[in-house]
Amino acid sequence: MAENENNQQSLGNNEEYRPKMFLMQPFIFIGEKVIRWINILGTATIFLFVALWKTFRPKQLPKVIAQIYYIGASSTTIIILIGLFTGMVLGLQSYHALSKFGAVGGLGALVSLSLIRELGPVLTAIMITARAGSAITAEVGIQRISEQIDALHTMRIDPFRYLISPRITASIISFPLLTAVFDLIGIVGGYITGVLLLGLNAGVYSHSIKANVDMKDLTDGFIKAIVFAVIVATVCCYQGYFVHTRKDSHGAKAVGLATTSAVVTSCVLILVSDYVVTSLLLI
Amino acid sequence: MNTPLIEFKNVTKRFGSHTVLEKVNLQIYEGQVTTIIGLSGSGKSVLLKHIIGLLHPDEGTILFRGKALSEMKKSEISSSLHQISYMFQGNALFDSLTVYDNIALPLRETTNLKKAEINRRVMARVELTELTEAIHRYPSELSGGMQKRAALARALITDPQIVLFDEPTTGQDPVRKNAILSMIAQYQRKFNFTAIMVSHEIPDVYFISNRILALYNKSIVFQGTPEELGNFKHPFTDEVINSLENLQKELTGLYSRRKFKVLNYAQLKHGQADENYCVVVFTLSDMDTVVAGLGHDTAQEIIHAMGLYIDKHFGAIGGFSTRNKANEFVTVLPYSDMTEAEKIMNEFVDDFHKRGISDIWAEAQRRAPSDQCVDFAIQAGIAEGRPVAEIDSIIDSAKSQQKEIGRLRCAAKE
Repeated sequence: MAENENNQQSLGNNEEYRPKMFLMQPFIFIGEKVIRWINILGTATIFLFVALWKTFRPKQLPKVIAQIYYIGASSTTIIILIGLFTGMVLGLQSYHALSKFGAVGGLGALVSLSLIRELGPVLTAIMITARAGSAITAEVGIQRISEQIDALHTMRIDPFRYLISPRITASIISFPLLTAVFDLIGIVGGYITGVLLLGLNAGVYSHSIKANVDMKDLTDGFIKAIVFAVIVATVCCYQGYFVHTRKDSHGAKAVGLATTSAVVTSCVLILVSDYVVTSLLLI
Repeated sequence: MNTPLIEFKNVTKRFGSHTVLEKVNLQIYEGQVTTIIGLSGSGKSVLLKHIIGLLHPDEGTILFRGKALSEMKKSEISSSLHQISYMFQGNALFDSLTVYDNIALPLRETTNLKKAEINRRVMARVELTELTEAIHRYPSELSGGMQKRAALARALITDPQIVLFDEPTTGQDPVRKNAILSMIAQYQRKFNFTAIMVSHEIPDVYFISNRILALYNKSIVFQGTPEELGNFKHPFTDEVINSLENLQKELTGLYSRRKFKVLNYAQLKHGQADENYCVVVFTLSDMDTVVAGLGHDTAQEIIHAMGLYIDKHFGAIGGFSTRNKANEFVTVLPYSDMTEAEKIMNEFVDDFHKRGISDIWAEAQRRAPSDQCVDFAIQAGIAEGRPVAEIDSIIDSAKSQQKEIGRLRCAAKE
């Protein structure tokens, strides 16, 4: 490192090399960023696999169940609410769009396929990130800065096993279940607008769903939900667990920034991975 | 001496370019209370975290029972560290768990004990640390002292052989500090663990410590008994001990032992060669019974009130006092011979009988109310000293002359 700095200094002092250094700066900047991101990605991947491995240790089941309750069961109300209105607005917009082509009979298929394949997994993941993911980062972060994680080390309790592993496992179980709830309620929402408010025949709506939605659609939706669960849980736990290594701030402020960073990173990664996974599933 | 339990050899620790510990050498022996003293930010906690394995040295070796940790197998390190408990400066209690769950956590997670056995062990520690009423409360609902006790109960739940205390009295008032130190000393005797404590509560820590290690300028500059520290000549003494002792004087009204000796020496130097002085030693007898009956807080309030009463009485006539041991005060009456000192003492004893002991009890009850009452006695002895004599020998002589000057009788109060 010091040698590198000396080289840079000596190059910087040399008139002949100055234009070259100027041209190199953007590449150095990009290179450093890429290396940093690869490092983080590598650490996060190891973090995820270690946590998953420790799920299968004794005494983990009660902790996983407690986290399923917190991440999953406690999020049900908000998921029902969001699912209902998403389905209703989707039904409303789609009805008017389809009526232009005289194809309102396909409303059930449009609403259900949109929800099952795309909107259900994505919106559920984003909602859980906002509700439970941010809380996970804040909770683990506070435990880090108040030395509770160090206390676990001193008591010979593995913090990965005790704190991280149950949260990641619970997320992987909860996300698909909540996605299923979201899909179902969304379809009901579409039914409310399409059938009850706009007068579409109930049999046409349900037949359209039955005829067009197959098992692959459901499986693809759940695969996405699991991918999003892994991303959200890893990002949120990672940000909280390593909050003390942040260079931009310390203490409570660091926890605040880590929480914001966890939510933003998770949401961006959900959308990016959604495209990637969709592309792979369509091959 | 025996092989040290823990030994540091040339341990250096850096955080980036900042060196916190530099070639630290120290020995900690089994069954003792060892206190590491130094100013805030001098690296005491960093040193302690090396012992428990939370930090690792950049250079140097840490030996556990004579064997280097770096040469041990992973299982050996794990079994060595398993004997150690750590009480954090900020307690590090889990704020989402109740006191009971916090104390039970190490047993639930690291043993296969049955629920009933865990409950039995937890309740035993809860009773010992006087937390029975707080077991279902969360740490945020507890006072600072109760949080300390909960952290101590959690540290002791696994019956460790070594307990590390990182500034256990931080943020406590002087009486509560002494109550916590007294509690640590009592448990150390009871469970016979090795206590390693980081503190800057000088001189209070002297009363419970077998050995003192002084951390100054990134290195250990002194290792020895509290008495040996009294004769230690080093910039550390002026910069650290004196500054902390001055703070202590402001808080308690009594002089520290070191200041007391300096004052005594100064008095003798200014006086004539044939001018004698007298030393009175006061002792609260049956301290352990008082602690067992009333708890650490009330016991320390009694000690505190007793110190203030003695200082108020003798300070007014030119005497000066210090707390010599956990339950012992020493007062010097300069330029007094035995006859004069006995006259002063008789007046003191009369006053003490009339209102002194009841005032001390009332003050202790006011500050730390207790439903219980325990009989306790205060003893005093006088000895005359000549300027050439060492004050410690006169204190010993006064102790040998002690007789009871007052007793609180609970039956009489009822």
